[in-house]
Amino acid sequence: MPRTLFEKIWDTHIVKTIDNGPSVLYIDRHFIHEVTSPQAFTGLNQRGIRVLRPQQTIATADHNVPTLNQHLPIKEELSRLQVEALKKNCAEHGIELYGLGHPFQGIVHVIGPELGITQPGMTIVCGDSHTSTHGAFGSIAFGIGTSEVEMVFASQCLLQNKPKLMRITIDGSLQKGVVSKDIVLHILSVITASGATGYAVEFAGSAIRALSMEARMTICNMSIEMGGRCGLIAPDEITFNYIKGRTFAPQGEAWDKEMARWQTLYSDADAVFDKEVFIKGEDIEPMITYGTNPGMGIGISQLIPTTETVNEQDKSGLARSLAYMGLEAGTSIRGQKIDYVFIGSCTNSRIEDLRMVASFVKGKKKAADVEVWIVPGSKQVEAQAIAEGIDKIFEEAGFQLRQPGCSACLGMNEDKIPAGKYCISTSNRNFEGRQGAGARTLLASPLTAAAAAVTGVVTDVRELMLNNN
Amino acid sequence: MPKALSTIQSCFVPIKIENIDTDQIIPARFLKATTKEGFGKNLFRDWRYENDDEAKPKADFPLNQPTYRGEILVAGKNFGCGSSREHAAWAILDYGFRVVVSSFFADIFRNNALNNGVLPVQVSDTFLQKIFMQDASATLTVDLAAQTIAIDTTGETESFDINPYKKTCLLNGYDDIDYLLSIKEEIQQFESLQN
Repeated sequence: MPRTLFEKIWDTHIVKTIDNGPSVLYIDRHFIHEVTSPQAFTGLNQRGIRVLRPQQTIATADHNVPTLNQHLPIKEELSRLQVEALKKNCAEHGIELYGLGHPFQGIVHVIGPELGITQPGMTIVCGDSHTSTHGAFGSIAFGIGTSEVEMVFASQCLLQNKPKLMRITIDGSLQKGVVSKDIVLHILSVITASGATGYAVEFAGSAIRALSMEARMTICNMSIEMGGRCGLIAPDEITFNYIKGRTFAPQGEAWDKEMARWQTLYSDADAVFDKEVFIKGEDIEPMITYGTNPGMGIGISQLIPTTETVNEQDKSGLARSLAYMGLEAGTSIRGQKIDYVFIGSCTNSRIEDLRMVASFVKGKKKAADVEVWIVPGSKQVEAQAIAEGIDKIFEEAGFQLRQPGCSACLGMNEDKIPAGKYCISTSNRNFEGRQGAGARTLLASPLTAAAAAVTGVVTDVRELMLNNN
Repeated sequence: MPKALSTIQSCFVPIKIENIDTDQIIPARFLKATTKEGFGKNLFRDWRYENDDEAKPKADFPLNQPTYRGEILVAGKNFGCGSSREHAAWAILDYGFRVVVSSFFADIFRNNALNNGVLPVQVSDTFLQKIFMQDASATLTVDLAAQTIAIDTTGETESFDINPYKKTCLLNGYDDIDYLLSIKEEIQQFESLQN
């Protein structure tokens, strides 16, 4: 019987299925961070039990760490206490912690792949909704709540119902100036912010196959923004080449054994999906969001929708969203003044993102009244950027290269956007107040963000590329 | 251990907004606690107060209107989307809600709610609009055993789905960890077969 990629992984991880109930799903890798783990450790301690498989658990501090002066004690007391609690809990339970000061520290969804911990065919969870990122390697990876973090600590398993299956196929080639962030924002604008709720989403098609691993991660990262339980892409030579030689990648005979298994991880030709979506790569423009959920996006040349033109899902909320954003229905978003540019987050903070921005801004300067923060995803990304001289390019452009963390994606540390200010952001959520109370977020690709940094207004990056190349 | 839940008859608090994400339910700056208690006072914080100031409640927000009260929160479709923060479920419970009614729930929120003894009741769009049309004195009755929700004043009733396993857990106050610990040997046997 033909099976999908998801089913092949799911089937090999079921310990048992409860009659009329969920399945017991075995978890291969469990990533934890300081914000969603403390109550789970407390729960374990109250029950008098220990983490069952500490060697399958990896910890880092990312959500509320500062992005300046990381060598100094964290100033904000509650953040410091949370980071200290993580350190203490990891030490007590024998969990490896890549905390502040460690060369592997960084955003949990950046470090897992770059260290070779994330591998095809695995089940991976973390108390963070963007765990879907790891699905780019052909794994089942999803975000969980703190009670579930405690369950994985206690048993290395979770009770799960099998989701429905959706395949989104993007065929064809991409226009100039269009990158993977635009693909996923385009998908979101088509299927809406709840279009994949209840589904595991496989991304397929020639436009996906042509992407690098880092670009694929950007797409899977935002499958949660469609409501999807997880997003995944079948592993291929690009995947295997990316993993090979990384710190925790299998080596020698172990590599050959894993490769034999990984090469079977694809959806069979006749496999059946509950829902299929087809998108032409050529139809995708550089994208930008105008509203307060990630499904409220448009091609940069389009007009902000009106209640007549907006999709059904966002009709009733459109007026409220536009009032919050201070934008007008039926007008162009190009030319909208920008106050801040944030290039970072688990969506777009990897070395390729930084290279893309650097090659665009080389020799250019930021607009005078715009503040630009570049926050690398990890210490390794930061070190690589410095080794390549990217830091110098940013410095000359007037961009601030900061230290790794989640930063202004969710404003848990000091990196907040002030109320009423506009921020063009490469992160994943434009919810009200996400980047700071009253902050107005426009989601876009690193290229589109870099273009706005230079002009000070929302800009069609293709116009600048034509002028320069 | 979640508190057991069977039947709840109560007034309700309506929030007629769709796509309410967990950043609205509990903004990220309040996620710095290391316990599960005390989140209720920050529930919907930025919709409740002007400029984060408790002395300046926004009069038009339902939680600030004394006519609205009770253990049931009723909200527009796609409730709880976004971040996986369980703090959203803790805040709802801590505020005093035991049931959330919507015409659609995000996956992770649904699980987080159930794991904390908060029942997500998914109703049809039509039924949701009927609830929104009631005045503040109306009560709803949610019967978990029968899997029904009724508008008491009109007698209109709709049934709702819940996974049978989760239903048993909630009726009895069991949690998944008790079950998972009870099958530890099977889990270890599964592990040994993998290598």
